[in-house]
Amino acid sequence: MSDIITLAHGSGGKSSNELIKNVFLKHLSNDYLLSGDDAAVVEVSGRVAYTTDSFVITPIFFNGGDIGKLSVCGTVNDLTAIGAKPLYLSCGFIIEEGFPIKDLEVIVASMAQTAKESGVKIVTGDTKVVQKNAVDKIFINTSGIGIIPNELNVSGARAKAGDKVIITGTIGDHGCSILLEREKLDIISDIKSDCKPLNKMIEKVIERTQDIHVMRDPTRGGVAATLNEIAVQSNVGIKLFEGSIPVKDQVKGVCELLGMDPLYMANEGKMLIIAPESSSKAILEELKKDEAGADSCIIGEITSESAGRLFMKTITGGSRIIDMPVGDQLPRIC
Amino acid sequence: MGDFFTTYRDPEILEKLAKKIGDYKGRKINIMEVCGTHTMAISRYGIRSLLPESINLISGPGCPVCVTPVFFINAAINLSSRKDTIITTFGDLMRVPGSESNLLQQKALGRDVRVVYSPLDSIKIAKQNKDKNVVFLSVGFETTTPISALTVLNAKDEGLKNFSVLSANKTVPVALEVLAMDEDIGIDGYLYPGHVSAIIGTGIYEELARKHRIPGVVAGFEPLDILNGIIRLSENINQNNIVVENAYQRAVSKEGNPIAVSKMYEVYEPCDSVWRGIGNLPMSGLKIRDEYKEFDAWKVFELEQKVMEEPKGCLCGEILKGKKKPSDCLLFGKACVPESPVGACMVSSEGTCAAYYKYNF
Repeated sequence: MSDIITLAHGSGGKSSNELIKNVFLKHLSNDYLLSGDDAAVVEVSGRVAYTTDSFVITPIFFNGGDIGKLSVCGTVNDLTAIGAKPLYLSCGFIIEEGFPIKDLEVIVASMAQTAKESGVKIVTGDTKVVQKNAVDKIFINTSGIGIIPNELNVSGARAKAGDKVIITGTIGDHGCSILLEREKLDIISDIKSDCKPLNKMIEKVIERTQDIHVMRDPTRGGVAATLNEIAVQSNVGIKLFEGSIPVKDQVKGVCELLGMDPLYMANEGKMLIIAPESSSKAILEELKKDEAGADSCIIGEITSESAGRLFMKTITGGSRIIDMPVGDQLPRIC
Repeated sequence: MGDFFTTYRDPEILEKLAKKIGDYKGRKINIMEVCGTHTMAISRYGIRSLLPESINLISGPGCPVCVTPVFFINAAINLSSRKDTIITTFGDLMRVPGSESNLLQQKALGRDVRVVYSPLDSIKIAKQNKDKNVVFLSVGFETTTPISALTVLNAKDEGLKNFSVLSANKTVPVALEVLAMDEDIGIDGYLYPGHVSAIIGTGIYEELARKHRIPGVVAGFEPLDILNGIIRLSENINQNNIVVENAYQRAVSKEGNPIAVSKMYEVYEPCDSVWRGIGNLPMSGLKIRDEYKEFDAWKVFELEQKVMEEPKGCLCGEILKGKKKPSDCLLFGKACVPESPVGACMVSSEGTCAAYYKYNF
């Protein structure tokens, strides 16, 4: 087998089969994939949650993960956010010709490892190879299904006045670490992406209480975008307390230097949970039992005033609105 | 002393200061905060919501991007359309509207426009792309101009033949003077820009205070700095103390930074300058000296500096002078929003309208 991906690997013939055998099946082996059929046949019953996500991140290898790990975590966490236990994933690859096969192997191994960690099976997949520059190295799409327990009903439209807003840990880690790696700034830091699957932790929370109204993972656009969406969906006001929001010192430092705001930075291993005050204590207890939720805390509450708006009581005691982000944050002049 | 964050953001001290300013019982006063970073910090920390109605905080023209004329953006867009040209710029300028487009759109169309965090990165890019012309878009006041000057000096030392700077740099003191004399605005006191002052020192403000009987406080950008600055200023105004206090001594001295200033004037010299929305202010700008003309993009590319009219309805000029608030502008929040700004005040991260929209609207 050659050491780079060529158009032949995507054309469905001998090279494709070799690639599937020597790279994909080597790491992702299970009965579904080994059957070699065009589709996986699974049996599920109950309320099926179904989601998809595409991953085009650059750089593809970063401190704390890679595009493969991210592609599994992203879909697992989206299923988790709707209250589902994630079961089966698909994965589709679009690869630029010339991409090193050893890099592909690292990515696939990472996906296998992450799938194992989260207890999901990758049961079907597809690979396409395109000409140079048609994609930036490698793009991955994953989709997934999971089952939602009958007693659970979470939705962005269910936030109610009086509910508490919980975050499962520090914000801005992923966005900040990617920014530093991408821009190659002369800033020395060991900030790493928080990319991780959250389903096992959240499953424990749901076992303890189903009195949860909203769950969502604050990825692109950060906590600011996610909570703005929920405020509109539920037609409520959301008030945050600046002093309560957990941010790592290093993330704070980098953001201050560059004029960025951690509230707008992506997170790939955190969940926002909105629940009534009566169940918040139990939720926090369960979260803190897991390493991924060690820094969980209440960062705000749902109000009936200022419906559709996200705002914050600042550290001065004053008040400000946290608006929906417009495009990417841009570094400031002075 | 504690670390940077905890010292100047101490919640207990902030609570005391917030209460003190909330208890203000003096006469109605107008304080102008000149610096764009102050505008942003004030909005970010929700400081306006702590002030009594009798303290009117006016945002001045201290946002370098906001006062950059439309013809500058048009010239940059014009340069970006040349196949042999790479434009390097601070992020702020990407979304500022020109007559028909902006740099972000040009980038989406495939033009080579790159955001840099430091102008010196442009030198690296010029060295890596000897077959292209690299043009750095330089806007800013005395805080950032010394670095632009350093970039030109570096380029000269390296003997670069493919690098130039498109400048629209300005200086603050002339604008302060013009605004102080404007009776329509009626400034009672100035909250002076912390980082500009770190470069130019505080001597100029003392002259302004003497001449126009306007006290001032030089303040930093942490919430404690700003609250303290407003409190000190309101006390001095009410007691008729025509003084300038330096409340940012950890960064600002009376002499400022003479080395930075001398580098700046080694490369730049004063010139008349058009401030978007305000008009021409004599000797308020900086242009590259003749000795460095091979690095002056205006000359190298023979570009025109044609003053244009503001878009209809745009109140940026009045807002920059502190005569109107963003909410007075009929376009604010409707036709003029961050995604599609009509004027620069909405799009710059330090623009008054952007700050109002993001934090207060």
